[in-house]
Amino acid sequence: MEKIITIENLTKSYEHHKALDSVNLEIKQGNIFGLLGPNGAGKTTLIRLLNQIIFPDTGTITFKGRPIKPDDVLQFGYLPEERGLYKKMKVSEQAIYLAQLKGLSRNDAIQKLKRWFDKFDIGNWWNRKVEELSKGMQQKIQFIVTVLHEPELLIFDEPFSGFDPINTNLLKNEILKLNEQGSTIIFSTHNMESVEEICQDIVLINQSKNILQGSVSDVKSMYKTNTFLVNFEGEVNQAIIAEKGKELWKIISHKTKNNQTETKLQLLKEIKSNNSLLKQLLPIGNVTAFQELLPTMNDVFINAVKQKAHE
Amino acid sequence: MALLIIAPAYLSTMQSHQLRRIAVIDQTGIFGDTIINTSLLNNQKLNNKKITPEEVFQRRLADSKYIHFDFLPTNSSIDSVKNIFESTGYYALLFIPKNLLNSRTVQIYSNKEISLNIKIYLSKFFEKDIEREKLISKNIDPDIIKSIQTSINIEAVKWTPKGEEKNSNSEIAMVLGAFAGILIYMFVFMYSSQVMRGVIEEKTSRIVEIIVSSVKPLQLMMGKIIGIALVGLTQFMLWVILTIGIVTVVQSSSSAFSLKTQTNEQVQSLMTEVNSNQIQPTADKENPEMNEFVQSVYHTLFSIDWTVMILSFLFFFLMGYLLYASMFAAVGSAVDNETDTQQFVLPLTVPLLLSLIMIQSFLNFPDSSLTFWFSIIPFTSPVAMMVRIPFGVPYWQLAISMVLMIITIFVVMWLSGKIYRTGILMYGKKASYRDLLKWLRYKK
Repeated sequence: MEKIITIENLTKSYEHHKALDSVNLEIKQGNIFGLLGPNGAGKTTLIRLLNQIIFPDTGTITFKGRPIKPDDVLQFGYLPEERGLYKKMKVSEQAIYLAQLKGLSRNDAIQKLKRWFDKFDIGNWWNRKVEELSKGMQQKIQFIVTVLHEPELLIFDEPFSGFDPINTNLLKNEILKLNEQGSTIIFSTHNMESVEEICQDIVLINQSKNILQGSVSDVKSMYKTNTFLVNFEGEVNQAIIAEKGKELWKIISHKTKNNQTETKLQLLKEIKSNNSLLKQLLPIGNVTAFQELLPTMNDVFINAVKQKAHE
Repeated sequence: MALLIIAPAYLSTMQSHQLRRIAVIDQTGIFGDTIINTSLLNNQKLNNKKITPEEVFQRRLADSKYIHFDFLPTNSSIDSVKNIFESTGYYALLFIPKNLLNSRTVQIYSNKEISLNIKIYLSKFFEKDIEREKLISKNIDPDIIKSIQTSINIEAVKWTPKGEEKNSNSEIAMVLGAFAGILIYMFVFMYSSQVMRGVIEEKTSRIVEIIVSSVKPLQLMMGKIIGIALVGLTQFMLWVILTIGIVTVVQSSSSAFSLKTQTNEQVQSLMTEVNSNQIQPTADKENPEMNEFVQSVYHTLFSIDWTVMILSFLFFFLMGYLLYASMFAAVGSAVDNETDTQQFVLPLTVPLLLSLIMIQSFLNFPDSSLTFWFSIIPFTSPVAMMVRIPFGVPYWQLAISMVLMIITIFVVMWLSGKIYRTGILMYGKKASYRDLLKWLRYKK
């Protein structure tokens, strides 16, 4: 897969504070890419650098194989974390204006806008002033404005903040649809569940450095704790399980209910594959469930940040 | 603006059209009606001609257009009038005491405040009248006095560089200059503040981040400044056109004739105030000096170089605005709300305010070196130079002022742009002057 954005050695300082320190990063075209990190890590700075709102001290940003140009922002859509619109302007006028800023003609903008308004079923907001809408409504408008010109690269900074669960879902689906249509999505968030659900690759920025990068599955593997969940039919004594795997595993938890035994095991040494573990378990009883418990992105985040702190 | 000109004049015409009746108790008995032509009175029936009262009677205390005097019996008492005053509908009671010459006082009683106009009218009348009497008693013919009074008119003529002669009237120049200076101050301030407010709104609503992801911050700043400049120009043009239009329309309609005479009267009474210590026959409407004055005013108005005036006004308005608007935009970008702007705006407005206050001194000394410097330095020149222009400014001075202004604007805009670019992304911490200086040093 081609890389749509390559960031090499990007450094940006503000007075005495280094916001980004030699950050390297690759984003594949068509990906949904998660930009993660604690508050103050440098995510917003990175996003602003991409959007050419500010400029780096050193380092390069490459877009589709060549150094990024000012005009490239026309291909980007940006939804900032702190967002707002002109309060006293009409919704339609404002959306058309912002679309025109991104290079759409007035007629195109009106057409596409109408389509989106129908899709979200908010046609009756066309002539309203922005200040007449609630915050959630304004954010919907903002989302539409961001994606209206069908950009190749979409950058969302905390897109779900301020949305109720229904609208969050709505937004998530739209993002997925846009991705299917070919847009690359960069997505900065603290909402780890959404990362699990929709991101393919992630990068974790902490204290201005890139501390973790890779696909979601790779990253999870990196932080796996070799914990497995095994369910047996009927009631299986804990001691039996412990005896069988004396050198191999230790029992983390053991539960019996509804004629099922649920055990969590943690491996004590390397195994060839999950299948070999399964082979060891089969003699114990009827296995009704077998699953490697990979860490959640939440766990990954916490562990990665903690780890770096101790280095 | 048209309203500002027309309304007071119109309203005061309405007011002065009010007829006032004043009762008079004249203990001297000489100010009321006296028969001057008894034969005419006796022959009235014989000739069967209509005789006007003025041909037969003469009254020393004459009525004016808006004041009618009603002479009561000489021996009437003040108290008798006082008790029934309300019901009589009189405006006031004038009491002329028997010992007028000695006391030199005349009393006027009323239940209202007596207007200044009436007091002036009465005091003028009595002064003139008594002086006339005194002259007669000394065997001097009052008419001789009148004929020897001469008012000398100082006709000021200006030599233009081209060698022409122009009528000059410095009072007009002063009024025009002051007016222009004040207008410039108002406009520059008003529209620059609009720019600042716009910048702050974009910052607080956070829309600025989206916009600068599409355009460069400098483009946004300039766009806003130019946009508001165009609004200002349009408003100004409309204002000027409407004012001229409305005033012209009102002038040409019949009711406005009294407007002209009213303004003449007002100017007259003004002149009366000014010359109140001198013996001047100013109570007449047909006053040759007055007409001359008005004429010279019109002369001067026509001789002023209006092209230079208007073009300079537009130039200095625009340039002054661009200068201050870019500074105000920088200020707006550095704060999060309007109240925080004060610490920055105050020092910025000092030059402009100073030149506004100094208008008086510019008017009195249009060619002094102080005035010269104020009209050259770009921060004060919009006001100072405009005040000077009606007096005539050498072209080279005008040129220097303009060139300096343009250069300064470029520099200030560049600096303001740098502050703006950083400021619009900064939130929370209240920026200090040191911070602004730091932002100036940020590289792109």
